Amino acid sequence: MSALSATPIDDLPVLSVRGLTKLYGTRVGCRDVDIELWPGEVLGVVGESGSGKTTLLDCLSARLTPSAGTIHYQRRDGRVVELFELSEPARRTLLRTEWGVVRQNPRDGLRLDVSAGANVGERLMAIGARHYGDIRREAVSWLGKVEIDGDRVDDRPTAFSGGMQQRLQIARNLVTNPRLVFMDEPTGGLDVSVQARLLDLIRGLVANLGLSAIIVTHDLAVARLLAHRLMVMRGGVVVETGLTDQVLDDPQHAYTQLLVSSILQV
Amino acid sequence: MTDPETLVLRVSQLAKSFVLHNQGGVILPVFRDLDLDVAAGECVVLDGASGVGKSTLLRAIHGNYKTAAGQILLRHRGSMVDVAAAEPRRILELRRWTLGYVSQFLRVIPRIAAIDIVAEPMQLRGLDAATSLRRAADLLARLNLPERLWRLPPATFSGGEQQRINLARGFAVEYPMMLLDEPTAALDGANRAAVVDLIEETRARGAAILGIFHDRETREKVATRLFTMEGRLAA
Repeated sequence: MSALSATPIDDLPVLSVRGLTKLYGTRVGCRDVDIELWPGEVLGVVGESGSGKTTLLDCLSARLTPSAGTIHYQRRDGRVVELFELSEPARRTLLRTEWGVVRQNPRDGLRLDVSAGANVGERLMAIGARHYGDIRREAVSWLGKVEIDGDRVDDRPTAFSGGMQQRLQIARNLVTNPRLVFMDEPTGGLDVSVQARLLDLIRGLVANLGLSAIIVTHDLAVARLLAHRLMVMRGGVVVETGLTDQVLDDPQHAYTQLLVSSILQV
Repeated sequence: MTDPETLVLRVSQLAKSFVLHNQGGVILPVFRDLDLDVAAGECVVLDGASGVGKSTLLRAIHGNYKTAAGQILLRHRGSMVDVAAAEPRRILELRRWTLGYVSQFLRVIPRIAAIDIVAEPMQLRGLDAATSLRRAADLLARLNLPERLWRLPPATFSGGEQQRINLARGFAVEYPMMLLDEPTAALDGANRAAVVDLIEETRARGAAILGIFHDRETREKVATRLFTMEGRLAA
């Protein structure tokens, strides 16, 4: 502890990751990753393809089992749990009630055979909502927040554009009021004008709901807009972390300098 | 030495250089052994030739640039915090409550209206939407930004219009310490005068100001003291 702790700010991190490692045989997915994520904080994980950022996100969101390391999470009730010490059902409950995971391809995060309203509503039912009228009202309200017209509530996501599908996936994840959201390239594969609208939306939602988020992206402009803090990965290892504008404006590591200097100016 | 009661910023033995790893590790030194105090109610203007590191110093104080050695002590809620050693979330807290910064250029965000850009620092402090928008409107009016532009995203605005939005945003909350990097460069005489008034008011309420003003007339009006930076260090 340094003298800087004179005024205490938030007591405990929401998520505390130590020595997280994922090996595929002898190949390194990610190695020795440490993260502390604080309430209301958005952490951007940047790096090129193969840098290990998606492996890391998959381990954090319990889609993959890490080879080593610990992931401690502070629940809404204040209790701190270790993700992989929980039983499978307990981990599923946690994911459903306190976490959201927005996948890069909305088709992986949506149910394509049911309506938009059902995609949002079934998440509410999974946490115990039973009144049909309330669920539908809440679903329509969330479609509005992600700028989808209420009259599309009965349409299936297959009838939506890519940008609309991604907004629907976000509504499906945020309707349960999660404390922690993971996003994997949330604007990847979308047209630039659609990206801008989505970024604006994510930025507003994250700020207004006060949630903590980890956003994986290879797009440094997206990272600058959304993240408070950045973690730069290469070859499965974290090479630099820091305040977002500091990492982008005064990068310290050779790889970060290369990434930043490789962006085309418009 | 500045009276410790009124001291807001103390830069001591500060050194900054850039290491360009992809250009053979060449080192660009900017300054070293830099000492500077700024007290409440002062407006210290950085002086020195272009390339001497004036903007770099402001960026280091803002936590935007890392430094190689030294301290940047900033009074925050009664105690001195070292920006040079602070963790990111501490720097964000300083920026929210203590440290304002007006850069030369507005960073435009797609789809966000001018008035919302100005209101954002107030809303980050928890001020309600109506009050913050009212204050944002007052500032934009003071800086003579035509009202028809307030609800538009400023991407297509002129340099001077964008700079006034940046200024309104910077002066929207009462920071105890303000960093101003050529905030009047793109402005005409009437708008410069409006900025001079804002700076005078800010100083009068007891804030400390550190700035760069290339325009001599503005500099003479706002500066309570000049701080001359020496030429670029030899490698």
